[in-house]
Amino acid sequence: MTKVSMTVNGKAVSGEAEGRTLLVEFLREGQGLTGTHVGCDTSQCGACTVHVNGEAVKSCTMFAADAEGAEVTTIEGMANADGSLGTIQQAFQDYHGLQCGFCTPGMVMIAADLLKNNPNPTEHEIRDYLEGNICRCTGYHNIVKAIQAAAGQSVPAVAAE
Amino acid sequence: MYAFDLVKPGTVAEAASALAGGEAQALGGGQTLIPTLKQRLADPGTLVSLSHIDEMKYVRESGGTVEIGGGTTHAMVAKAVADIYPGLADLAGRIGDPSVRNRGTIGGSLANNDPSACYPAGALGSGATIITDKREIAADDYFQGMFTTALDEGEIVTGVRFPIPEKAHYSKMPQPASRFPLVAVYVAKFADGVRVAVTGASEDGVFRWTEAEEALGANFSTDALGGLSASEDGMIADIHGTAAYRAHLIGVMTKRAVAEMS
Amino acid sequence: MPKDSGIGASSKRREDVRFLTGNGKYTDDINVAGQSYAHFVRSDVAHGRINSIDVSAAEAAPGVLKVFTAADFAEVGGVPCGWCVTDRHGNPMQEPKHPVLAEGKVRHVGDPYAVVVAESLSAARDAAELIEADIEELEAVIDMKAAVADGATKVHDDLTSNLCYDWGFVEENREAVDEAIKGAHHVTTLELTNNRLVANPMEPRVAVGEYDPWKDEHTLYTTSQNPHVIRLLMGAFVLGIPEHKLRVIAPDVGGGFGTKIFHYAEEAFCTFAAKALKRPVKWTSSRSEAFISDAHGRDHVTKIELAMDEEGKFLALRTDTYANMGAYLSTFAPSVPTWLHGTLMAGNYITPLIYVNVKAVFTNTVPVDAYRGAGRPEATFQLERVVDKAAREMGIDPVELRRRNFIDKSQFPYATPVAVEYDTGDYHATMDKLLEISDRDGFEARKAESAARGKLRGFGVAHYIEACGIAPSNLVGQLGARAGLYESATVRVNATGSISVMTGSHSHGQGHETSFAQVVADMLGIDEAQVDIVHGDTARTPMGMGTYGSRSIAVGGSAMVRATEKIIAKAKKVASHLMEASESDVEFANGQFTVAGTDKSVAWGDVCLAAYVPHNYPLEDIEPGLEETAFYDPANFTYPSGGYACEVEVDPETGQVEVLAFSAADDFGNVINPMIVEGQVHGGVAQGIGQALLENCVYDENGQLLTGSYMDYAMPRAYDVPMFTVDHSCQTPCTHNPLGVKGCGEAGAIGSPPAIVNAVIDALSGHGVEHIDMPLSPQRVWAAMHGKG
Repeated sequence: MTKVSMTVNGKAVSGEAEGRTLLVEFLREGQGLTGTHVGCDTSQCGACTVHVNGEAVKSCTMFAADAEGAEVTTIEGMANADGSLGTIQQAFQDYHGLQCGFCTPGMVMIAADLLKNNPNPTEHEIRDYLEGNICRCTGYHNIVKAIQAAAGQSVPAVAAE
Repeated sequence: MYAFDLVKPGTVAEAASALAGGEAQALGGGQTLIPTLKQRLADPGTLVSLSHIDEMKYVRESGGTVEIGGGTTHAMVAKAVADIYPGLADLAGRIGDPSVRNRGTIGGSLANNDPSACYPAGALGSGATIITDKREIAADDYFQGMFTTALDEGEIVTGVRFPIPEKAHYSKMPQPASRFPLVAVYVAKFADGVRVAVTGASEDGVFRWTEAEEALGANFSTDALGGLSASEDGMIADIHGTAAYRAHLIGVMTKRAVAEMS
Repeated sequence: MPKDSGIGASSKRREDVRFLTGNGKYTDDINVAGQSYAHFVRSDVAHGRINSIDVSAAEAAPGVLKVFTAADFAEVGGVPCGWCVTDRHGNPMQEPKHPVLAEGKVRHVGDPYAVVVAESLSAARDAAELIEADIEELEAVIDMKAAVADGATKVHDDLTSNLCYDWGFVEENREAVDEAIKGAHHVTTLELTNNRLVANPMEPRVAVGEYDPWKDEHTLYTTSQNPHVIRLLMGAFVLGIPEHKLRVIAPDVGGGFGTKIFHYAEEAFCTFAAKALKRPVKWTSSRSEAFISDAHGRDHVTKIELAMDEEGKFLALRTDTYANMGAYLSTFAPSVPTWLHGTLMAGNYITPLIYVNVKAVFTNTVPVDAYRGAGRPEATFQLERVVDKAAREMGIDPVELRRRNFIDKSQFPYATPVAVEYDTGDYHATMDKLLEISDRDGFEARKAESAARGKLRGFGVAHYIEACGIAPSNLVGQLGARAGLYESATVRVNATGSISVMTGSHSHGQGHETSFAQVVADMLGIDEAQVDIVHGDTARTPMGMGTYGSRSIAVGGSAMVRATEKIIAKAKKVASHLMEASESDVEFANGQFTVAGTDKSVAWGDVCLAAYVPHNYPLEDIEPGLEETAFYDPANFTYPSGGYACEVEVDPETGQVEVLAFSAADDFGNVINPMIVEGQVHGGVAQGIGQALLENCVYDENGQLLTGSYMDYAMPRAYDVPMFTVDHSCQTPCTHNPLGVKGCGEAGAIGSPPAIVNAVIDALSGHGVEHIDMPLSPQRVWAAMHGKG
């Protein structure tokens, strides 16, 4: 066990970690930040996506010790300062971009990474960027719309009568 | 995972000494190794994380070549060489997915030499030189079969030097589940010839399709590929593709790469 | 004009806020003080005799509390099956024991034969490697037809064969169907496979068992779609724990799609071990473990024959199906290929004579049970594929052939020859709507445009019927169900007028917390925010049967309506007392009680307060308080229907299929929340695209699972699916439930696979390809086009 320190959602944290402790384990078990989920063990599903030093990574495929000193942002750090939903989160609710909610934290984190790198993506670019994030509920339709809306694009309301 | 010690050297020299014992294994971005460790298919004792070695993260252009540090992530390569070597940037920008590209490194990919990895095709197709902490190895000598390279135990890929071709393109047919290449072909056209490297297809890992190289060297057009077909012998056969299908795709992907470049 | 609240409004989902901020509470997020960790040791051979298991070294390893094997479960029951099918000859199915941990033999890769419980998961996994199991590998039984051949190795030595049952439906029709097929003008025959799938909810299964010795109370947190069903099955049949001592909590659950209906050995283990060890015990499945322990879906091999007259009118239909049960009978497994499949073989059509034969087979594979649609996708796929093939053979447009045989809306209620009575529907209307929204008229031009780019474009349709709103208890009881399938609701009105609704339904993505509140708020004329939905906890909700079979709004919603009606009736009595009016003169609307023809009124909140502060209250006539419970047992199934169209482009060089457009025109009857309904269709269609083009669970001949992770099991990703065009404006309300609703959860997965395959076959029509088995992977399409299939 060694002590690992990092900044998570703007707060300095530290905790014990083995060499094999994954970043996601450090966050979920060590820090009680259970919003980051584990949906697979082959680095495919993306439910564990967080930002490390401003870049999306799969926290199930990175050791906690390798994040020593890093700035980590998780889903718990994505709301506005007043606790209201951030732009992407709000768009996911407005456009019904989630159902069971399990993949959702990863989807929000990858969407934020996309919009940082490409503020006005096409539908094709959005779908491409979601390659490493699997959703089993929504069929992606409303996730794509939510990201388009979060990018400020004009998106028709859900369920037009 | 089995328990192991994770050490984090800050220099290549420190890393080399940490790996010297033989018990230790190098950890690049971990995008392949960590899933392997989770399945307890490896028990390294000590993992030497290479992510904290700044001298392995660079992109340098000089005299018709570009050299990329072994610790450079796919995402960094995709951005940094977009203008210098767009064919390679495009390949790097389509490896795995965005999160994987932010962690996976060129050195890690080449050291692992997965038969379905993308970078081996880029390196072999470019005629790159693999630079290690001990020596330089030509790509033609470096790839020695599935998961096998010319690297000695503990040897670290510190960089890769790519000659920059006139143009290059990577055509990839993804395996439906993993989205790794089922078959992918990297075609690079140099002033003095054409190189065609194939990944995903062969039981021997990445290889050069010399018949296509010769044909394209004589006439760089899709027509030149008309009469060629890759042999089924030694092709991987699995639930995603028979040997015949993979051999067929080699021709299709090569043709498409050439068409993109024409 | 869209409504902004209540029934018919696209109310935003209230549950989203906690999910979007990382504050959902899934089972793996629950950590109980002092918990220990269970690691299941699973067979790596498909079939083997357990000669010995030596756990001594493992038990001595650091951090290990105990290693369990079958011997520890000698005194408890096996994991029960909830349905008994009676075969063609009137005999009950063969039903093997399914022990919590393997006894004597292991029967599939993943069959657990030991469990290590330790202070940490790492310690448990480390110790598991010290277990010395002498397991003698036996020949594996994988192929279904080989499994029922004479002399086949038996999966269960104590059964007479690997045949679970040989079911005929309707058995009395058998000869008449044979005769009709012999004499018909034309018979179209198709042999096909309905590919084996893995449900893959994104949240893997988790169980946490806890035991309080001072109260002798067990608590199980589990990833279930139906906590009461788990309590009943596990309490009564496995562990012998009475219900009042067993609390089952299914908190936020990350998707189910059927595979979280069933009672699993891991749940029973954690509950049992928590008492044995006097420590909470937690088990979290990895995804790799899920592939070898979650019940799989589909896996039918079918021959279907459709007989027609000169005009293409259907005369008779005969099917012959082998259905894989896997190594053990999962909770509802026997019902899936029979009562959820055979009863739907009429589809939307008038077919006078139908005979369905199903042979259910044991194999050395993971148990197979319900997956989204469960039996109905298998029925719809074969029927809509054979109809499409028939249209080609008869030279009739596939839409026209369907229309010629549709049950007309004037014919409802319509009794099919396969024992069900459709209450409502208008199939011509959904087909009309489908052709409009899919722009079939513009297809030829689009096809030409694709051809100019060297691509083959195809258009396919399918029309489906499904039976959901499961189910009338007296009917399913006759069919072999060992449980009733009603649903419950308690509406608790609080003193200040807010409401808690306790429902036996369970939401794991469906948004019940929002849509159920819309119904109650609408009925009472109050703000939706005043209504909370409580679900997923046997200690807080009345006995209910849970969520599957598109039943929640049709059955659970109806229970809630009945309970709310009781509330209104009682509240009217209270209001009449407060207004000193005759009860029969009291009217209730928009949250106000009024007396007809007067200006007397009393608000909802005042009546609620009076019920709990009964100072001025008719105590001699009615009890104080305002809380009512209803159990609703449906009179019939509901029958959603619809037309689906898919447009694909095939790359002839690679065989890659791209779905360019997908349109769905559904008739769900009345709709509570259109946004949620459309989301359900999107998700179902994406799973159908997955089945048709990507997903396949493959075993090799030795029973090794070749698709045991996302590296080889192809999940649909964002770029595999298009934007969907969905419509639910064709509405023929259900006639027998109070909301007129039919259910929408499974439709997308039922109707889409045949539409997609029909589209690909249409695209390949110039290449002599009549059928390709799902998934239509690039390799398979290429091979079919080049005669290498």
